[in-house]
Order: sequence, then structure tokens, then C-alpha cells
Amino acid sequence: MPVNQNNEEFRPVIVAFCCNWCSYAGADLAGSSRLSYPADVKIIRVPCSCRVNPMFILRAFEKGADGVILCGCHPGDCHYSTGNYYARRRMTLLFSMLDFIGVENGRTRVEWVSAAEGVKFSETMNSFVAKIRSLGKNVRLGDLRCKN
Amino acid sequence: MQELITRAKALLESGEVQRVLGWKQGEHIYDPEPAFFDSAEALKDFVYNGFCGANLSKYMIEAAKLEGKTLVFLKPCDSYSFVQLMKEHRVDREKAHIIGVGCKGKLSVNKIDADGILDIQGAGYPDCADTLTVDTLYGQTTVSYKDAMLERCHVCKGKEHMVCDEQIGESADTADSDRFAQVAAIEAMSPEEKFAFFQSELSKCIRCNACRNVCPACSCRKCVFDSTKFDSTQKANTTSFEEKMFHIIRAFHVAGRCTDCGECSRVCPQGIPLHLFNRKFIKDINSLYGEYQAGVDAQAKAPLTSFTQEDAEPSIVAEGGLTHA
Amino acid sequence: MQKIGVFVCHCGSNIAATVDVKKVAKMALKEPGVCHAEDYPYMCSEAGQSRIAAAIAEKGLTGIVVCSCSPRMHEATFRKAAERCGLNPYMVEIANLREHCSWIHKDMEEATEKAVILMRAAVAKVHLNTPLQAGESAVTKRALVIGGGIAGIQTAIDIADAGYKVDIVEKTPSIGGRMSQLDKTFPTLDCSACILTPKMVEAAAHENITIHTYSEVEKVSGFVGNFTVDIRKKARMVDMTKCTGCGVCQEKCPSRKTANEFNRGLNTRSAIYTPFAQAIPNVPVIDTESCIKFKTGKCGVCAAVCQAGAIDYKQQDEIITETYGAIVVATGFDTIKLDKYGEYAYGQSKDVITSLELERIMNAAGPTKGHLERLSDGKAPKEIVFIQCVGSRCSDDRGKPYCSKICCMYTAKHAMLIRDKYPDVNVTVFYIDVRTPGKNFDEFYRRAVEDYGVNYVKGQVGKVAPQPDGSLLVQGVDLLDNKQILKKADMVVLATAIEPNPDARKIATMLTASIDTNNFLTEAHPKLRPVESPTAGVFLSGVCQGPKDIPETVAQAGAAAVKVIGLLAKDKLKTNPCTAQADELLCNGCSTCANVCPYGAITYEVRLVNDHGIREERRVASVNSALCQGCGACTVACPSGAMDLQGFSNRQIIAEVDAICR
Repeated sequence: MPVNQNNEEFRPVIVAFCCNWCSYAGADLAGSSRLSYPADVKIIRVPCSCRVNPMFILRAFEKGADGVILCGCHPGDCHYSTGNYYARRRMTLLFSMLDFIGVENGRTRVEWVSAAEGVKFSETMNSFVAKIRSLGKNVRLGDLRCKN
Repeated sequence: MQELITRAKALLESGEVQRVLGWKQGEHIYDPEPAFFDSAEALKDFVYNGFCGANLSKYMIEAAKLEGKTLVFLKPCDSYSFVQLMKEHRVDREKAHIIGVGCKGKLSVNKIDADGILDIQGAGYPDCADTLTVDTLYGQTTVSYKDAMLERCHVCKGKEHMVCDEQIGESADTADSDRFAQVAAIEAMSPEEKFAFFQSELSKCIRCNACRNVCPACSCRKCVFDSTKFDSTQKANTTSFEEKMFHIIRAFHVAGRCTDCGECSRVCPQGIPLHLFNRKFIKDINSLYGEYQAGVDAQAKAPLTSFTQEDAEPSIVAEGGLTHA
Repeated sequence: MQKIGVFVCHCGSNIAATVDVKKVAKMALKEPGVCHAEDYPYMCSEAGQSRIAAAIAEKGLTGIVVCSCSPRMHEATFRKAAERCGLNPYMVEIANLREHCSWIHKDMEEATEKAVILMRAAVAKVHLNTPLQAGESAVTKRALVIGGGIAGIQTAIDIADAGYKVDIVEKTPSIGGRMSQLDKTFPTLDCSACILTPKMVEAAAHENITIHTYSEVEKVSGFVGNFTVDIRKKARMVDMTKCTGCGVCQEKCPSRKTANEFNRGLNTRSAIYTPFAQAIPNVPVIDTESCIKFKTGKCGVCAAVCQAGAIDYKQQDEIITETYGAIVVATGFDTIKLDKYGEYAYGQSKDVITSLELERIMNAAGPTKGHLERLSDGKAPKEIVFIQCVGSRCSDDRGKPYCSKICCMYTAKHAMLIRDKYPDVNVTVFYIDVRTPGKNFDEFYRRAVEDYGVNYVKGQVGKVAPQPDGSLLVQGVDLLDNKQILKKADMVVLATAIEPNPDARKIATMLTASIDTNNFLTEAHPKLRPVESPTAGVFLSGVCQGPKDIPETVAQAGAAAVKVIGLLAKDKLKTNPCTAQADELLCNGCSTCANVCPYGAITYEVRLVNDHGIREERRVASVNSALCQGCGACTVACPSGAMDLQGFSNRQIIAEVDAICR
């Protein structure tokens, strides 16, 4: 993927899982409001944040993603009432485990973005991309079993 | 041990149980293995000693499919697994006659620093010695019972059986360490140190699946890592998903269900401290969502299938809120 | 292998200006399974759709990817187009090249590169799509309207007139809402009660309308066509079947010190009360927190004087459960609290009031019987200052960022009415802008200025200082003359911002309807679906969706009613086929999935399964696809991956991940 070999500019691969009802709509609003964020972010639409399996996140890292962000409805506003509450617990534990094994904890993030928060969506993506750029390429998860 | 055999014979002969699930002598003194005994006669191979660490609860999944009742011997820590499996409808309480068997700490041959072991004295039950005498090809050596105990016995959950029909034998207090001290020590490391530690440990993994096969919580009919449903079966491929993620996902899948029985670490042929993954989740769950011990109450709501509106945000991890908690 | 067609839309220049659409189409042909790719200016147009149809027919496509705007916009369009050509509608995937790409990126190379990746992800997904069939569910032909103000009343009447049953749930003891508190209405100055009360009576008398006042929605479950709602009917302590509404109890009640909510606390009421004379139902309630009988056990005057024997101190709250096909939210608004606006001296001086309080003062049934007088000393004011945008269009967290929309007009109305009735009173209005878009609105405002001599000053007020003589010193600026103004006033009226009813968030949560940061309910589309919530079967009426005046509210109420009628007129609804499915061969029967299902859609049954030749009875999960709404919580809870979500399967999502990270 577009990692510049001579390291002039690091272009991270970032996967954003967005729930259909709030965050995907928030991303749409960011688009129609022309609120820009880096093209490094690619959005995958899921019905709800609770649809995101930790395996998807690890898979993304394994395949070369440098950051993964999960966006869902604000707690209390889930279209399915409770989905984001489950997602919140799952992701907290997963992130904690990644931190425990020494993966930089800024590579994963959860943000609650409502359908009306185009500005927040754009700001979130800008700050997340900046964070991932500062962390550089993700190597740790890939190297977890490759002792040099 | 004789008391167990006598009781098992009586139950078999009365027809109350159709078979007995216990341990039988292995090739060496230190490797007894789980076994079903169909007759009083077969019980001649039955053993119960300090090396019977194997948790028999998982075998009760298969026993539930058989005709009639199965007599099973469960140590206090094994009984947690049985309750958890009851909660998950995997075992049939009605088809189990459970003898809660006493435990004075289980031993690990890996902790006995000796080659060419021929025999070990003092590992019997109920009579065990404070010091084990180890006969080897190269002479005799000794090791204290306590030093030869499995890690899990040093953080023993207690002498109480969570489920049983009758109890035989006394248990000993073996806990002498803080259950979460190892996890906390790793948490205190820098990210680089943590990574170096786990990279070094996980690099040893040969993906023999022993941890998965022994784990009472890892009891799926078909593991996701063997299933085509996730595009995660790439056994031949060294850079595959599962090679790197197996232990993280395995721990995640048993989070909130793992009773911390320690079997994963006991059976790992490479000596990877796999229980650290599970215990990290348990520690986080306790500090985030309230104390929860899987296998105590079959009716309790599991931490990952419940929530509160005030739960911590995942950002607590980046903010360092879970370290040393 | 699928035969996939990729259709890249220019969206005029919306996409094509920043994405090289030809390149996206060219790159698509390199993807496995893609046997057709083309670009076209407007894929959603009739001509664009017929190109898709032609390609499906000619190339025998089994799946299509449309690279266009958001799927939230045109997914349904393209699914229908596919269906018309005999392709299963769920064999269509959308790559969002507009909202998620061309509109946010400026660099053509970068945007094109991203567009290609988004296209690849959609192609990778569609490879794994399977034809899905929508099921059917019945529609309960009854609607619920939450809120009994003018929005709720109008919606209910319109639905009821079409022949459907409607229930109104109103929290307060009477329907009527904010409009019942208003004195006159702009721009015609007709009396609010005179136009509202006939509607209240109509609703109450309508054979298809059931009104639950003093009631609140407690719990909502189900989904479009089949909502089950628990309504708490709070204990009135008055038997509605016996009470004749004579009012004697209220006259005799010895507890008279409770702030009168209807009059915005400007006077007091009895503990047993009806909010206002024309209340519907005309049955009082006992405010148990003020009632001496409830506080001390000793009193019982109302029971003693009630000829009808309607007083029942033992009445308990009652929960009724009803099913509905559609729910309309009409929870309305309140004015914001002014505690963060100390500079206006609201709360320090009785003569600084909100506009809604002025409505009550001007109203013949209000605390001053309609006489304009100072609440501090009862004197007639000679100088009145109106301050606009108190808490509206506010950039800090003291107020609201939005325009409350109604204040300019009601202030012109107040100013005009005061000048008309009390020509000797001087009226000054401090404003930021005067906003009067609306039929006859600007004419109305100009009459206030030109015919009634209202003094409009462009500028804000910095401080209102109560003076020892009881007057108020208003310090403001005149931005047009660029000078400080110090004005002595007898009364100051604050055009206080409006905000959604505080219960709106709680109700939105129960309905799983979206709500914005200002607690207004979100519409399904800001322009094209303004009265629908994104949650199917939930509709919006009135200010709960955004600030609006009475004509707009009534128009929206009617629009919401039409949407409800359109829904209730159907006997069956197509259900979303993107539901969870359990693989019986992988299922452990552990019940973990059922524990996280918000709809109770997962049950367990013992079933004979044939697992590669092993036939055995197993406890396996079974999903009721009529109940399943497709959130996917179960799919992650399931450790073995037995539970999967159609349309968003594990393999589909992983394929997208792989395509993006490739």
C-alpha cells in the first residue's frame, strides 16, 4: 500500500467502521458539508457498532492497516437500543489487550458520532490520522511472532 | 485414592452411574490422563495424585451425549468450569454425578528441575509429602511440594466446590501469591518491554492447539480458526491471520467465560504463560465492570453480555486508566 | 464466480470533478469477476438505470456495484432497478464516491486512488453477496401520538379522519400544549385559544381518538408496524368517569400556594387543579406534593365537597400496554433556563420577564387578568424594552447555537399589541437581526415599526440593572449610530430561546430515534424526508424536530399524519432480509447470542442435525427473522461464528477489510 519507500511521506492505511444509522450518516454529512479529512480513511459500513468483531480489527492490522477506528451512535442513541453498549465493552477489553501486549494504544479508537455531527466526524478523522501518522507504520502486530 | 475407587465401584455396581470419568496412569508417574472407566474392573487403572491436574469438566460435554449418568471427579477449581459449562448448556447436570474431590495443590513436572525422572515419591493423595523425592537416571533429588506446584495453585480460588453431589477428601490452602501480580507487573512495563516480552513468548508457539483443546471454555464444536466462515483458515500460510491473532482472539472469545482454571498454561508444551491473557481480561473486567468470577453462578449475567449506561469508554485504555488499577 | 458489473456515476460534476471516473471504470475491469464497467453522468437517472438494465441483460450480470453517492441516498433506487431486470436487489452494492470521497478531497490523484479502493471493496463484497428475500410482517392499524400540543392534536385529527385509531399520550393534565398558553397569534392577531380549543374539542370528541392525559410513555419495544408501548397513566386521584368538572373542589381547596405552571409560575394554584379553564379533559388532578391530605393525612376537603364522589385518594398509577403500527413524536418545547444570563437581572427583578410570561400577563385568564402591569408593584409600565436573541444564536455554552425562529415575530406582535392597547407606552426592541421570512410576516413587522411606532434598535444589551426606585436601567449599544444607549425602563421582556422538551431525549432513546446535539430529533433526510425519523415507523411533528411557528407546525403535523396514514394503509410490510442466521452445524447452543439480542429474536430448540454423517440431537439457536432487526450483536457474541448476518456477513466484511488494506 501507498507507503512511500523513501519515507518522505507516510500515508497510513486507516479503516473506519461506521454504523449505518449515526456515524455513516455523520460521514455523509461531513461530505455534503465539504468538511475534508485525509483520503487515508476508508469507511466500511456496518449496521451497528456491535457488528464489529474484534477479528475484523485484527484482520485489518494483519493485512496492513495502520489504524482502525470504530464509530457508532452515542451511548443511549443506538438504533438498536443496546448495540453500542456491547461494542463499548468489547472494544475497551480488546484495546486493553492490545495495549497489554505492547501495541501502541493510539492505533485503535472508538468515537461516538451522531448523524448530525458532520463536523465531529471530520475532526475525529483528522485527529486520528494525525495520531497514526505520528505513530508511523504498524509493525508490532505483524511482528508479534517474529522474534528477530 | 482408595476411597475414591471404592465409592466409584459402589456407584457403578448399583447402576446409579454408567461410567466413571477420572484419571488413569500414564506412561510416567507425572502424566496421568483423563479416562472413562466403564466397569468396576476397569477401575484398577484409576489414579488420583498430585499430578492429576487435568480438568475433567470439558469431558462432560461428551458424557452428556451418552446414555445414563456419568460419575465425575472434580477438584474445587474444576467445578467452576462445570458450572460455566452448565450456564452455556453444554453439560447436563442431570446426567452427572459429581464427586467433589479434595486437592492439596497440583504439581508440574516442568517445575521439577531434573532429567531422566524414573519415579517421584510424596505426590500421592491424600497423603502427600512436604518434600518430593525424585528418583532419576542420575540419582536422587528432592524438591519441595510447594515449589513443584502449578502456578495456578499458588493463586488458588479456594477449597469450596461450586457444584457437587458429594465430597470426598480434604483440600489444602495453597494460595500464597496475588492472582494479578504477574499481570500488574507486565502492565507496569513500557510498551516496548511489553511487546518484547510477548513477542518472545508467542514466538515459541507451535500452534499445536493444546491450549485450545484442553480449555473448557474453548469448547466450540468447530473453532473459528477451523471454520471457513471467517476466511481465517489458512493453516499452511505462515503469515496468516490466525498465526498472529490466535491467542488474542482465543482469549477474547473466552473473556467473561474463562474461570482461570489454568489448563492452557499447564498443557502448553512450549511453556508459554497463556493464562496471562485470560487473567488480564479478568482483571480488566473486575476493575471496569465489577468483580466477576465465571463459574460461580450459572444464572449470573456475563460481563460481555451485559452493560451499564455508565460503562467506561474505550479511551480509558489510552488514558492509562486500566494500568495498575 | 460472479459476473459483476461496475457502474461509475459522475453525478454531474459532483464526483467527476475530483475523481477520474474513467480511470475508476478502467481499474474495475482489472478486478476478478468484473466483466463490465462503465461511467455515466447520472446513473440514478432513467437513462442511467436503463444502461444498468442493458448491461445486466447483455452480460448476464449476477451482481452490480454502483460507484455513486451515499447508499443512504440511492441504494433503494439501484436495488429497484436491479429487481426490475430480474436481479435480486441484494446483489447490489454501492461504493460511496461522493460523500466519502469526491466532496471531501481536493486532489484528483488522491481522490481517484481512494475511489478505486472503495470500488474494490464493494466488488470484493458483492462477490460474497447472496440473493436475499424480504419477508413480510403485519401492520397494526393504530397510531400513537406522543404529546398533546397543537402538533400532536393536528396529527391525531388528520390520522383519525382517515379512519385509523389514534392514541394521544400527554404528560400534563390537559391537552393543548404551549399554544394554549399564548394570548394572540401572529401575523393575524387572532386569539390563540379561540382557534385552538375547537381543535381540542374535535380531538376529544373524535370517535377514532383516545386521549391519555396525565400519562407518559414508559417503554417501547417492537418495530415499524408492530410497536408495543407501555403507557403509565398517573394517578389523578379523581375518578374521570364520575367527575362533572364543576370546579368546586378547586375553589374550596385550602392549599393554594403552589406555583401555577400554566401561568409560568406568576401566580399560584390550588393542589387540586385543572391547568386552565378550557382544559380537556375538564377533570382536575391532585398534585400530591402540594396536597395537605397527602402531606399530613388530614384534610379531605375536596372529597367532602365533591357532589359526584369523584375524589379517590387511593388511586394508583396504571400501566396500559397497547400496540401501534406507527408512532409520532410531538413533544414540543420549553424556554431555556436563564440562570446563565445574570446580566439581564432575570430572577433579580420581577419586572424582567420572558416573552412567554408576557403572553400570560397579556391574557385575560392570566395572573393580571390581561392588564399590562408590573409584577413588582402592579403599576402600569410606561417604558418597555424587549431584548432579542436571549440564548439564541449563541456561540458559547450559555445558550443555543440556533435561531429560535419565532421570537422576531412574537416580539413584533407584543410590541404592536401593547402600542395598540396602551398608546402611551414606549416600546423599544434591541435586536441583532429582524428575521421575518414567512407569508405576511415582513408586512407585519413593518406595521409595528411604521404604523405603531415601535422603536427598533439594532444592537445588543449588555446589562439590565435594577434601580433603587424600582426602575430598570438598560445598557445597550446602537450599532447603526455607533453609540452607547442608557435607557430607563419599567419592564424588560426577554425573547428567550426555545429548546426541545427535556423529555425528548428520553423518548428518542426509547424509540431508538436519532437526536442531535441540541436534543432536536433528527429527520431521515433534512430536505426530502423532513417528517420521518431515520427509525422506520417513527415520525416527527412540531418543534421536537426544530424551531417552528404555528402554521409550520400544523403543516408538519399534517405531513406526519399523511406518512402515518400511508404506513397504516398497508396490510403487510416488507421486512429487512439482512437478518441474523445461525449455522446449526457450528452452533454450540450456549445462549450467549440470545443474551445480547435486544429483540428477543433468538430462541433455542433441540433439533436433529446431520453433521457430516453424525446424526444427533443438538440444542441450537433459531432466529425469528420477523423479530430480528439485523444489528449483529449476536454475531460477535457468538464465539464459534455460527451466527452470521445476511448482507453484512463475516466474510463480506473481511473481504472489504482485505480490499482496503490490500
